[in-house]
Formats: sequence, C-alpha cells, structure tokens
Amino acid sequence: MAINTDKNSYTIIFAVVMVLVVGTVLAGISSVLKPNITANKITEKQQNILFAMGIADTEDPNEFVPAEKAQELFDQYVGDEQYIITGNSAQKTTDAFNIEVKKENDKLKQDPNYERKMPLFIGKKDGEEFYVVPMRGNGLWDAIWGYVSLDKEFKTVKGAFFDHKGETPGLGANIKEAYFRDDFIGEHILDASGNYKGITVKKGNGDPKNVRKDDNAVDAMAGATITGDGVTAMVKKGIRMYQPYFETLKK
Amino acid sequence: MAEVTEEKVVAKVKEPKEPLFSKKNKKLLTDPLADNNPITIQVLGICSALAITAQLKPSIVMAISVIFVLGIGNVVISLMRNIIPSKIRIIVQLVVVAALVIVVDQVLKAFAYTLSKELSVFIGLIITNCIIMGRFEAFALGNGPWKSFLDGIGNAAGYGVLLIIVAFFRELLGSGTLFGAKVLGDPIEKTGLYAYGYENNGFMVLAPMALITVGIIIWIQRSRNKALIEDH
Repeated sequence: MAINTDKNSYTIIFAVVMVLVVGTVLAGISSVLKPNITANKITEKQQNILFAMGIADTEDPNEFVPAEKAQELFDQYVGDEQYIITGNSAQKTTDAFNIEVKKENDKLKQDPNYERKMPLFIGKKDGEEFYVVPMRGNGLWDAIWGYVSLDKEFKTVKGAFFDHKGETPGLGANIKEAYFRDDFIGEHILDASGNYKGITVKKGNGDPKNVRKDDNAVDAMAGATITGDGVTAMVKKGIRMYQPYFETLKK
Repeated sequence: MAEVTEEKVVAKVKEPKEPLFSKKNKKLLTDPLADNNPITIQVLGICSALAITAQLKPSIVMAISVIFVLGIGNVVISLMRNIIPSKIRIIVQLVVVAALVIVVDQVLKAFAYTLSKELSVFIGLIITNCIIMGRFEAFALGNGPWKSFLDGIGNAAGYGVLLIIVAFFRELLGSGTLFGAKVLGDPIEKTGLYAYGYENNGFMVLAPMALITVGIIIWIQRSRNKALIEDH
C-alpha cells in the first residue's frame, strides 16, 4: 500500500477533507429539497388549524383532512380571517400564518420589553366561530405544541390538537391521541366567577370520564406526568397571553 | 462473534476472480435471511426492532431505509477501506452512516411527510442501529465493494424480514388490523371476530411483547436447525 494511513498528518488531512465533502453534499441536498419540505410544513399547519376546528378527514375523524385538499379547505373555513395581536389591538393580515410562536418566545426572552406578536385564526363553520390559538411549550424531552379553538365568549374550548417532537412513544406521545385531546372539548377555561384559570391536566381529579366540564381540569395520562404538566403550562400560558385582547372583544 | 474474525481472515487472502453471483456471494445475500439473521443469531439491532414493530407500515419503511443505508454505507466504507486512517475509522463510519441517514430523513420529509412524522425518532435511531456499525466494522472494512454491497443488502433484508414478521403478529393480535385495515372486524361495533367475544391483546402493542415475539422466533428457528444451538 502506497499511503501510510497511520501518520498523524494523514489522519488530520483525511478528517478535514471528509468533513468538507460530506458537509457540501448534505448542504446541497438540503437546499434542493427545501421547497418541498416548506410546502409540507405549511400544509401540516393548515391541517392542524382545521383539525382544532373539528374539520377532519371525512372517513376517519382522527385523521387530518387530506394534504391535497388542505389549502382549499383552509381558504374555505379560515381564508383571510387571520390576525396578529399585539397587546389588546389586532391587525388583520395573512402574515399571521407565518408567525412562529417559538421565534416570538425567543425574542421575548432576549428582550423583556419586546411586544410579542400573537397569531389568531378565526374559522367559521356552520355559522359558528372558532378562535384558534396556536401555542408552544415544553414536554419531558423536547418541544410540544398545539392549537386550541375557543368559542366566541372565550369561555369554553371547542377543539384541540397537540403534537410533540420527541415524547416517549406510548406515554407522553399520547397527547396526540384522541382520548386525551378530546377531553379538552367543552372544558371551561374560566372559573365560576369568570376569572381566567386555564385547563389543568390533573391526576386523580375523580372525573376520569370528564363529565364535569366546569372544573378546569382534564384527566391525566398514565405514566406521563411531566408531559401532562407541560400541556397544562402551555395551555394556561398560551391562552392567557390573548386575554387582554379577548377582554376588549367581549366589551 | 466467531464469524467476524473468520471473515477478516478470509478477506486478507488474495482471491481469484469469481463470477458476480458465485455460490459464495449468493451466500452473503441469503445467509443473513435465515441461518445468520442479524436479529435472531447475531443479536444486533434489537432496540429498533422493539420500538417500531407495533405496526406493519413503519416496519416496512424502516426495513427499506436500513437496506438503503446499509447497502450504500457498506459500499462507501469498502471503497474507502484502504485510505481510512485506522485511528479514526469508527468516526469515519459514524460520519458515513449519519450522512446517509440525514439524506433518508430529508427525502422522507420532502416526499412522504406523514410517514416521516410517524417515524420521527426512529429515523435518527438508524444511526445508532448496531447492525450498521457492526457490518461496517466486521465486513466492509475487509472486503471489496461488491461483496460488501451484497452483505449489506443481505443483512438489512434479514433484519427487515424479522421486523415484518414481528410487526405482522403485533399489529394483528394487538390492534386487530393489518396496514391499518380492520381484518378481524370492528372492536367497537362488535363485528367479525369481536362478535364472538374476541378481544385485542393490548399487551402486544407494548415493547416487551416484541421481545417475547422475537424470543419465540429464535426458539422456533433453533429447534428447526439444531446446528444453531451453541454448546455450553
């Protein structure tokens, strides 16, 4: 063999060349596929928002609307009823769709005086209004996020969808499942005297079938306490930010 | 690990030119499907086999992804086997697997988004799948590209076949479905088998039952082929 592969200089040169080649190839592939991936993410967001409004696949209500119909249905049910809320004022703009809750959270972290932009989607289905609030929080391992739709009195939840990046399959990952998610439907976010309370994912609240809708609590998932607490915090904080604006709407 | 050292020794002997599908090469492809199966005999890749075999569809995708990664990875490593500095060979292997896995991940995200969401963490798990590093280290580093390609495809296919067998039983007995189709009837409407009081076994969808299923397969395989039983 001509090359002495044991020399230190050879090892270093090999490592550098390898990293450069692999890096270039991966960057190339990533930029070629990027338009496709972005389009898929947009479709997913539309499907999520529609799902929180109770618009799902006609055959399987636990599935999203088909990807190829997402844009059409989104235009039909939500259209340009998209708002950016800052404090208690709202601006109607389709830019709302592009606002990422994560980025707004990060900006607020860097600058406590930053006035965050909050996207709000107002869907109309069968003459009813759905105020869809996107939210983001932390589960046990990684990020969790969701879309919760509220009625026009901002008192009860009309639909919810949760998703996660890396919760434990079979435990925390169950926040995606219908049995957990559907418990939120009809649940009150205000207490009896009308103060904001959010919804708690609660262990042993003596209401496993979720018959009581006015106790501001849903039954927790077995074996996923931290993910459940994450959902509680996310829902509580996510909707509270919109409260000043909702108050002005109520008046 | 006895076979592993043997393979390395064999590789060092200069071999005469042989046809593409000689008996020996065919063995590379077919052995891992049964008598040298990576999961049941070499006991590699168990972790991912437990994780994703609750349903058939993700198992098949995982099998195809691993065939792709291991087939190409083995060839890449084999082509580089004479220039890889031995001090950093494990790192080089890792970089090759990681790069291929990122490609698979990106392609799935672009063309099969729902599937990529379903597989999410498991795609990343391919990197840590011991079959891949195991075959790189034990075979590709000491053999030519064509042999390594066959070995990669064979081992990945052997892994895939087992995934599919396990997933078949877990999905059928655990959820009463195959590829999501309700083949046993509807458990809520009580049609088909469920009308006679049959119930799904919820245990089957949990990871421990995958281990037990693999165990039963190992048992059946070794009782059919006594040569596989190690003496103690």
